[in-house]
Amino acid sequence: MSKAKITAENLSKSYGSVQAIKDINLSVQEGEIFGLIGPDGAGKTTLFRILTSLLLPDSGAATVAGLDIVKDYKRLRTVIGYMPGRFSLYQDLTVEENLEFFASVFGTSIRENYDLIAPIYVQIEPFKERRAGALSGGMKQKLALCCTLIHKPEVLFLDEPGTGVDPVSRKEFWDMLRNLRQQGLTMLVSTPYMDEAELCDRVALIQKGEIMAIDTPKGITASFRQPLFAVRSDNMYQLIKDLREFEGAADCYAFGEYAHLKLEQLSESWKLSESSIHDFLLSKNHRNIEVKPAEPTVEDCFIELMKN
Amino acid sequence: MTNIISTHQLTRTFGKFIAVNAITFEVREGEIFGFLGANGAGKTTALKILTGLLSPSSGSATVAGFDVKKQPEQIKRRIGYMSQKFSLYEDLTVRENIRLYGGIYGLKMSEIKSKTAILLEKLQITEEADKLVGSLPLGWKQKLAFSVALLHEPKIVFLDEPTSGVDPLTRRQFWELIYEAAANGVTLMVTTHYMDEAEYCDRVSIMVSGKIEALDTPRAMKASFGAEDMDEVFRKLARGV
Repeated sequence: MSKAKITAENLSKSYGSVQAIKDINLSVQEGEIFGLIGPDGAGKTTLFRILTSLLLPDSGAATVAGLDIVKDYKRLRTVIGYMPGRFSLYQDLTVEENLEFFASVFGTSIRENYDLIAPIYVQIEPFKERRAGALSGGMKQKLALCCTLIHKPEVLFLDEPGTGVDPVSRKEFWDMLRNLRQQGLTMLVSTPYMDEAELCDRVALIQKGEIMAIDTPKGITASFRQPLFAVRSDNMYQLIKDLREFEGAADCYAFGEYAHLKLEQLSESWKLSESSIHDFLLSKNHRNIEVKPAEPTVEDCFIELMKN
Repeated sequence: MTNIISTHQLTRTFGKFIAVNAITFEVREGEIFGFLGANGAGKTTALKILTGLLSPSSGSATVAGFDVKKQPEQIKRRIGYMSQKFSLYEDLTVRENIRLYGGIYGLKMSEIKSKTAILLEKLQITEEADKLVGSLPLGWKQKLAFSVALLHEPKIVFLDEPTSGVDPLTRRQFWELIYEAAANGVTLMVTTHYMDEAEYCDRVSIMVSGKIEALDTPRAMKASFGAEDMDEVFRKLARGV
């Protein structure tokens, strides 16, 4: 049994009458990439700020790397790396100056921990004389990650590293995280992108300050039990409106090039449902109809949990 | 079908940097057009030109029949715009925001009143009408911002990452508003980093380093790149992987 690098017990925090997080319980094991998946306003950043000792909880307790987030906050801050959601480096310092600054704050140097950042830093090193403010979005992310790593932390907190970043840069960023995991780093990553859940070892789905589910991505999708179909025709908007009227339809929503149709229950056989959906759409004058069973994704599960 | 946007060799440079490099394309009236590209590909610069906020260095473009160089003010009157970063005033109430935008676009007080009632009813936020916009959940704000952008009945609305950070359920409700607007004849030009949303567009273009490298329906684009989904098309184009 590996040991827990992050533990949270009944953490709650309110701002005035707004409850930002409510009774959060979770534990992250050593070497795990743990995803906190939820939309803006779900409480992700509040939880990050509490776990990194920047904000006191109203109630509950938490430890990071075995250190209490309240009593041991000074030591805690030396063993964690925190990359906030908003780009928070010095825009008017160069790439290299930023890195040097963060290294010196933690009493170390670029040279001392160069190995750890090398795979990432080499990609931005050609621009080391450039001011951070003049970097592209993807390069800013890489620099921020280097600055977060330069003091060799045990636990990384990455708050929405993918927000506002294009799909290609996001994918590169996740490749970097997986490399870091191989070196034993523990990571808590938050994201509003449901498809990134698949890249985590375990995830917590969070909405309105509460965790709706915690499991492996596979475990989450296995909990989705109702029949799900992927359906398409030439007119998506009309298709969704019509499918909601289909007898036995529990829910219907757009999902990429298909609409996902969730049925109340498996009445007879999947095949029968498929052909009856097809016939139903024909009667509604849809063209180029395609109906097939669909594998539920984390996003399907999130939508279902939100509606319950 | 008539074109509501038409550009020819549209170019914008900043010093030596070519942000938008001779792009030529059309957007048809009533379509949902996905305007995609990696960070720094030139999307924002192109959008600024098309909304009359920035003058092109060379080339030409017309939006709703007006020239972006000579008639930017005419364009601004006829378009709607919303983005995640700037949409509504957080320290004004829902009702005040609607009144402000209605006033800016020259609607009569009586029109603003009747439109406000319809809008609140449609979004089912009549009870929140006198609350500050800043106190609303993000998803509500975005739906409200979109409805406000449609208030003066523009022919075309520009949506710059309208669903960034929004929960999956609200994201879909938002897209249903987009579909509905398109069904009413409004043209929509949308940028997004969610590739599943690229699939919801009638046609999409993908910008790479200032140029439009591909423009087609999502289905045709996937076929020509031999890709499973738009995510794969995007990766192949933007990074050649």
